[in-house]
This record gives sequence, C-alpha cells and structure tokens, in this order.
Amino acid sequence: MENKDNSFGQLIDTSKDLDNKITSNIIKSAIQNFNQKIQLVYEKPNRSKIFVNNESLVEVALFLRNTYGLDHVESMSGTDFPAENEIEINYHLGSYINQDLHPYILNLATRVDRENAKSNSLINIFPSVEYFERETYEMLGVYFVGHPRNEPFLLPEDWADLPPLRKDFKLKGR
Amino acid sequence: MSTLDDKINEINRLAIQITKDNDDDRLMNLSIGPQHPGSGHFRIVIKVDGDYIVYADPDIGYVHRGEEKMSEHRNFIQNIPHLERPVIHDSTNIIYSYSLAIEELIGINPPRRGQFVRAIAAELDRLVYTTYWLAIYGIFLGHSTMFMWPTGDRELIIDLLERMTGHRVTHAFSVPGGVRNDIPYNFKEKCLTQINYFEKRLKEYEDIFYNNPLLRQRTEGVGIMNKEDAIKLGVTGSVLRASGVPYDIRKVEPYDVYDEIDFKVQYMKSCDTFARAYVPYLDMKESCHIIRQLLDKMPDEGSVREKIVGNVKAQPGETYRRVESGRGALGYYIISDGSTKPYRLKISTGSFRNILALPFLLVGSKLGDMPAIYWALNYWPIEADR
Repeated sequence: MENKDNSFGQLIDTSKDLDNKITSNIIKSAIQNFNQKIQLVYEKPNRSKIFVNNESLVEVALFLRNTYGLDHVESMSGTDFPAENEIEINYHLGSYINQDLHPYILNLATRVDRENAKSNSLINIFPSVEYFERETYEMLGVYFVGHPRNEPFLLPEDWADLPPLRKDFKLKGR
Repeated sequence: MSTLDDKINEINRLAIQITKDNDDDRLMNLSIGPQHPGSGHFRIVIKVDGDYIVYADPDIGYVHRGEEKMSEHRNFIQNIPHLERPVIHDSTNIIYSYSLAIEELIGINPPRRGQFVRAIAAELDRLVYTTYWLAIYGIFLGHSTMFMWPTGDRELIIDLLERMTGHRVTHAFSVPGGVRNDIPYNFKEKCLTQINYFEKRLKEYEDIFYNNPLLRQRTEGVGIMNKEDAIKLGVTGSVLRASGVPYDIRKVEPYDVYDEIDFKVQYMKSCDTFARAYVPYLDMKESCHIIRQLLDKMPDEGSVREKIVGNVKAQPGETYRRVESGRGALGYYIISDGSTKPYRLKISTGSFRNILALPFLLVGSKLGDMPAIYWALNYWPIEADR
C-alpha cells in the first residue's frame, strides 16, 4: 500500500503535557479494527490525525462515532495538492457526549483524485457536516456522493470559473 | 343507470377537484434579506402555510470575500488585518486562535504578561460584541430602550479598548507572539471602574429586558432544540450551552492563562429561545468576573510580545487551534509547507456552524417568531461568509 502521509511531515510539539491515554486508545482500536485501511499520521496532545482510504471513510467514521462518541464535526475542509494530483479532505471530529474527549480533536483525512474529485458524504453520520460539505464542493469541486445538495452556496450565483480554492485559480495581481 | 349514490359520488369528485388544495398554491414563498434591516447581510427563503413556516433555506454568502484564499497569498503578519474583518466587534477573539496556531507553527511562546493582556482584550471584545448583539436583539423585538442602553454602555468598553490598542474596533492587537503594545499607564484602575459600572448596568438590563413579560412571552417555549438535536447539529457556543451542554473552550481546553482563572461555564437547560438569549447575558457577567481576576493576577513588569520578523518561516506541518469567541468555538486549521505564507488556512466559525440549526428551528414555528429565533442564534452573517 502506498504511503499517503502528510507530505509536509511532522510538527514540533509545543503544547502542554496532557494525559494521552484515551486518545491513543482510540487510535489503537481503530487501527486494530481496520488494520490495513487506517494510517496514523501524527499524534500530539489532544490532536491526532489518521488517514483513511476513501472507500472505507464512511465505515471508519461510523465506528468512531458509535464507539467513542465523536459526535460532531468541528471543522471540515479540503486542500488542493496539485503536485500529487490529489485533494485532501479533512474532517475535524470532536465530542460533546464523551466528557473525556472534550479537548480532543481527531483529524480524519482522506484523499481523492483531483481530476475526478468524488468522495463519500458523511452527512448521514454527522448531520453537522452539511454546510461544510457544500462549501467544499463549491470551493474545491469535490462532489460528495450521498449529499442531497451539491450546489452553489457562498459564491455568486453566476460564478463560472474554477473552484477558487484550487491552487490553479490565481488571484489577480498576486 | 346511475343511482343517487353514484351521482353524489360524482358531485363530490368534481367538488373535490374544483376546491382541491394544491400545496404549491397554498404555500407562500418569502425571501427575507439580504438587504432587510433585520436580517443583516443574509437572505433566507421561507415558505409559509398560513402563519406557519413549513420550509426554510438560509442562503448565505452575500458578503463572501474569500478570506481563506487571500490568506494563502500574504505572510503570517500581513494576514492579521484582513482576517479580523469578518467580526470587527470581536476582532481580538478571531485573531486570538490565529495567533495561537501561528505560535505553534513557528514555535514561540508569548511572554506571560502578554498572555494576560491578550486575554483581557479578548474578554473586553466579548463584551463589546455581546452588547452590540443584545442591542440588535432589543430592536428586533421592538424594545427600543434595549437598543439604546447597550449601545451607550458599549462605548465605555470601546473607550477602554481604544486606550489599550489605539482603535475603537478592528484592533489588530493580538499578534503571533503576544500583543502589539503594552497597556497604558493607569489602565488597571480605569478598567476596574468601567467594569464595576458595567456590572451594575447589567443588573438593570435584566430588570428591563429579561424580566419583561413581553420578551418572556415571545421567547419562552419558542424554538425548542433539545440536547440530542443540538449535539447532532453540532452547534456551538451560547446556542449549545442553552441546550444544556456545559461546553466552553476556555474551560475544556484552556489556552494561555485561562487555566488559572476561576469561572463557571454558564448554561441553561430550558433549550428554548429565551435560554439562547439569556446565556450570552450570563456570559457577560462571567466576563466581568474574569477581567477582574486577569487584572489582579497580571504581572506588573515584563514584556508583552516576543517579536518575530515579518517574513518568518513556519515549520512544515499543520495545526488546529480554537478559542471561545462571542459566538462559540472559533478554530483555525492551518497547513504550512515551510514557507512564509500559509499553504492552506481554514476558518471554522461559530456562526457558520450555528446557522445549520436555523431551518431546524424555524420549520413548524410561526412567522412572527422568526426574528426572535433567528437573532438568538447569535449569528453574525459576515463571519459565516468570510
């Protein structure tokens, strides 16, 4: 399996020391359950990132929600990597139910092909993702299969240009 | 041969056809905003059946300026002034989490006194924003005194911030590495006087506004969002806390000096519009309490900023940092490729997350309840559009 790690490598750790027990349990059990499908990208106090294949995104999200109570999406975004011809999609999952996980955010990342950008929607697992996915569809041109409204949201109605957050969309004068 | 029954049936059939209610005919479409005086820069398309709303679709983006794209073309310091534009009244908080994220990426720590000054500015900005929000909420519900009072008292806090930062709004005060300048001479005493006065006024707000039978009637039991729904919709800030979830980033994930401050997370369990309108008020009281402690614990000497050069390079990597703003969690997800500019910057704002609850709350409620429900969501259109 090819390594699709974050190409920018690891980050130095400047945050305070916190108990990492629960969070590393999450990572461990997730990797055990879906052994080949999940890769750990980094683990820091209160933040970790796992990389999932796009096919297994939905089942991993469902597992994380049902087992650990990661019940809402703090943020969701996409990033264009033209050099690798891929778009990375990040779901930042947090928990309101599980009090131990209040300060913790798990970055669930997946990548899709840049030319035919299509990903599975997590709207049935996290309803809070609805507007975030619509925004990502519009800003990066990633179609979300299963999302009821892949349609313009923030941009003007007559927008007829590239999705603006792709790197080949250039700003005038910059 | 047709019997009488057949004839009656035939008449009934025809009658039904003639007067048959077509859903599309009965429903009326309304488009409210984006230039409606009450809506802010925000449009909502609703369908009403008589007096009841059966469909609501927020159409945001009227003031979208592409902050995220702009950030990719400016260095870490140049990004500060334009990133605070989405919420000019709460500009310290929106830059606070940006500063925290950049500090983590660059690998610096602000001096202790700088952390205190930054927290004081953030709390004062929270007061400025919330008084403004409260003033608009007052005029929304036809209570013009509640528009005048907070607008007037807000000036006192703005004066403090002006002494502190040099600007009334959009201070660009918090920077990666601390704050831009030290607080002026005599600020502590002045701040305490103003805060003490403001707290007295808060008591009067409660008497004239929150205990007003008209307000109570229009908000109590209106727009119920129970705990499960609030969690499902992923709302944040005062909207979440009004639904009985005591979740405040300052408490659950303390940043800077908030772990040394003693304060309570204000929340209510009634889950209705009144709770959503009252929790920000409780937050203001708590903010006064926090500011007093911050002033008390702040070291008298020391620098307030660890200076970085304008075109400083960040380490390659990524970070997600968040703070509790006036409208809930405000997070920055920044990816750096090791250059002087962010490779990708994503702002996750409370307004953008809370607006998802609006269709949920509006469908089934009366059209007349719409202003009360909408503005109690603590929604700032520009922050949602970015």
